[in-house]
Amino acid sequence: MLDVLIVDDSAAIRKILQRVLRQTEIPIGTVYEAGDGVEALETLRKQAVGLVLSDINMPNMDGLEFLTKLRAEQLWHGIPVLMVSTEGTQAKVLEAVERGASGYVRKPFTAEQIKEKLVGLI
Amino acid sequence: MTTEFEAVQPIAQDELAQAIRSATDEVFATMLNLTVQPGEVFVEKEEAVPTSGVVSLIGLAGSWVGSGSLACSAGFAAKLASALLMTPYDSINEDVLDAVAEITNMIIGNVKTALESRLGSMGLSTPTVIYGRNFQTRSTGNQEWTVVPFTIDGDHMCVQLCIVPNSEAARKTTRTGFPIPHLLRNS
Repeated sequence: MLDVLIVDDSAAIRKILQRVLRQTEIPIGTVYEAGDGVEALETLRKQAVGLVLSDINMPNMDGLEFLTKLRAEQLWHGIPVLMVSTEGTQAKVLEAVERGASGYVRKPFTAEQIKEKLVGLI
Repeated sequence: MTTEFEAVQPIAQDELAQAIRSATDEVFATMLNLTVQPGEVFVEKEEAVPTSGVVSLIGLAGSWVGSGSLACSAGFAAKLASALLMTPYDSINEDVLDAVAEITNMIIGNVKTALESRLGSMGLSTPTVIYGRNFQTRSTGNQEWTVVPFTIDGDHMCVQLCIVPNSEAARKTTRTGFPIPHLLRNS
């Protein structure tokens, strides 16, 4: 079973992403939620997960800073991280990839787009 | 004499309106499975009048600064949340306000992305959602808002944007606010 961490300041998006995850053929275990990068790092220190889905624009610590801190830890280095954000410019996508993002989906998204990206990551 | 202000190219209302229409259409079709019918675009100065309903506001900052917002009735906000979350809502609660905030975030975020190739990089604030009756809004400055009304299955909402070059904003020390859409005045 794959435990997942969803990081987004919108409870609505966290709920939608959790629903999409449950619709995939990937055996999903526990889905943890965090409202920003600070909460996400706290969660990762307590729980081992096999996949992270993260927004970029969030209060306290945004998704790019969270991604940088996550990749800096050897323990978390291999966790696939899919960025899901309204930020859609090529520059922002490249920045996320340079910081260690495994994939990028722009909001608005369809369930199929998320599923396709996950198949390539898991 | 050439100044930094004079070098800034203005952005046409038509370009702003098209970016709003395109982003709104995409968000509603993709995330809500709803078709929006855009109405006639109008420009409005900020003003302070009583209103009611739900207003979701997001700030933009960077090479240009401003605000974008979505405004609708409480009943339509509940319908939007129901469509987004696939859960029935018939009144305003935390889930509904969060859903409206996220829809606004996606629309204004995509408007920002569309404009950034011409206006330069900008950042988005997190959304602020206001719900109530007879509230007033006020802003200083003299900015114009591009207001795009939409009709969705007989319901109405407005998406609007006010954006000015950052140098001008700094010089006038103005803050953008948001107007009250005509559609909501009697709701």
